[in-house]
Amino acid sequence: MTDTTPSPLSGAHADEHDIATASRQTSVYVYEAPVRIWHWINAAAIIVLCITGYFIGSPPPSMQIAEANYQFVFGYIRFAHFAAGLIMTVGFLGRAYWAIFGNHHARQMFYLPIFKVEWWKEVFFEVRWYLFLEKQPKKYVGHNPLAQLAMFCFITLGVAFMIVTGLALYSEGLGQGSWADLMFGWVIPAVGGNSMMLHTIHHLGMWWIIIFMIIHIYVAIREDIMSRQSIVSTMISGYRTFKDDDPD
Amino acid sequence: MENIETFYEVMRRQGITRRSFMKYCSLTAAALGLGPSFVPKIAHAMETKPRTPVIWVHGLECTCCSESFIRSAHPLAKDVVLSMISLDYDDTLMAAAGHQAEAALEETIEKYKGNYILAVEGNPPLNEDGMYCIVGGKPFVDQLHHAAKHAKAVISWGACASYGCVQAAKPNPTRATPVHKVITDKPIIKVPGCPPIAEVMTGVITYMLTFDKMPELDRQGRPQMFYSQRIHDKCYRRPHFDAGQFVEEWDDENAKKGYCLYKMGCKGPTTYNACSTVRWNEGVSFPIQSGHGCIGCSEDGFWDQGSFYDRVTDLTQFGVEANADKVGLGAAGVVGAGVAAHAAISALKSAQKKTQSKKEEA
Repeated sequence: MTDTTPSPLSGAHADEHDIATASRQTSVYVYEAPVRIWHWINAAAIIVLCITGYFIGSPPPSMQIAEANYQFVFGYIRFAHFAAGLIMTVGFLGRAYWAIFGNHHARQMFYLPIFKVEWWKEVFFEVRWYLFLEKQPKKYVGHNPLAQLAMFCFITLGVAFMIVTGLALYSEGLGQGSWADLMFGWVIPAVGGNSMMLHTIHHLGMWWIIIFMIIHIYVAIREDIMSRQSIVSTMISGYRTFKDDDPD
Repeated sequence: MENIETFYEVMRRQGITRRSFMKYCSLTAAALGLGPSFVPKIAHAMETKPRTPVIWVHGLECTCCSESFIRSAHPLAKDVVLSMISLDYDDTLMAAAGHQAEAALEETIEKYKGNYILAVEGNPPLNEDGMYCIVGGKPFVDQLHHAAKHAKAVISWGACASYGCVQAAKPNPTRATPVHKVITDKPIIKVPGCPPIAEVMTGVITYMLTFDKMPELDRQGRPQMFYSQRIHDKCYRRPHFDAGQFVEEWDDENAKKGYCLYKMGCKGPTTYNACSTVRWNEGVSFPIQSGHGCIGCSEDGFWDQGSFYDRVTDLTQFGVEANADKVGLGAAGVVGAGVAAHAAISALKSAQKKTQSKKEEA
């Protein structure tokens, strides 16, 4: 898996030190193409879903563009929501497939090694790092254990929850006997029988995902700057590069 | 059962001609959405089947179900009560009162064991051994158990019997409980609504008599023919919803133009009922048509879903009145502020570290 960055460096801006460093440092191929493509499609879908979903709860001001027959403003908002939701669903299923057939990093998001004491120690180490109690962060090839925990709760569980509740709401429009109704219609009785409650918890789910977005983007950028490995570019190129060659 | 007259015999006895009887069968078929081939079947059923005895009991309720029922136009409530069923006990509608009425109940149960339909309007309160609702000197819950024991099927009339309605709204001091949670060993048809539409009530009864079976029910036990679609799916204001044209305030121009009431909290999109097709009072109108949003009265726990006038309704679970947006925005705000503070401290820390390492180098 590990391969060495080609060296030596050449060019006017590379001094002796640069060349020496670059020849020592390594990168690991972590995120395969399906994982990266899924990440960005999912991100785009979530943005569309949050904006249109908010509007479905609180519609924009009434517009008078044409006669009601020819004006489909709210219809398009809902269409965008449903289309993005189904794209997210297909993407999530594809991502789950890749967790089985992709490399072992692709599996990390779907399970938590909660019975391993070592893993919990690492989680608390990361918590201390974020509380400024550790001076030196550790190096991680995949997600660090705290990130793994967050990914599992916010994305694996969060997106699955939104897909299930979302398709249950979608089934109301498709009608009884439709595929969505047969697969997810049971959700409405499960939340008490009134789909108003389902709307409310689906709406709360949106905020759960928004909170994740705030933390995720902040931490990705912060780690990219302050940790010992690349973060942001890894989700573009797939390669995790390391800033030092300390063994620990 | 031999001593019970058939529907046809009763109708003929009342002076109805054969011709009128056939017309009535055609109308009934049309009301149930059946083709002309079903007319002879209905006629045959009415000629040969004895009338079904019905016991109609009243628990905690407001009688709005009965009020609705007696206004049925297709079929007329009088036809249902006098010709189609044998309404042997209904303490609100019957002439008898007191001991005589209670005797009629006992007699019906005894005589038609296993063959009568029990119609329940209202629900039993279970706290204090059911003492919050007394019928004939006994708790209603006892009467319900007694009458349900030998019933062929149970019809839960209205939101009370189906889901609990207002008396079961939080905190439900009397522990008013819907029928299906008290009677668990009988087939139960829920006909929710506060009240249910008159024609839906008589339609359900007519179906059961004609085909001698329960109508097809959905997941929640409601007859599919009336409760399989939402008010929203058949709302005549739906084009304004899709266009994004909403009533913004009760007295604005859009309200006058009859735009969609979604922003005024209309619960049409979450309410399963036939109001937007069957309508009320012989098809004259329904709430949305008269300018007010649907309040979702045929949905489970509709009193506990926040205001009738919000779409994003309050969550009482959080103890204070706050909707999903307020809770979410609050949480996102806290997280956002935390992130900003964390970023600031991170920047300071790394600046401090740089100065220190510089000093060390020096």
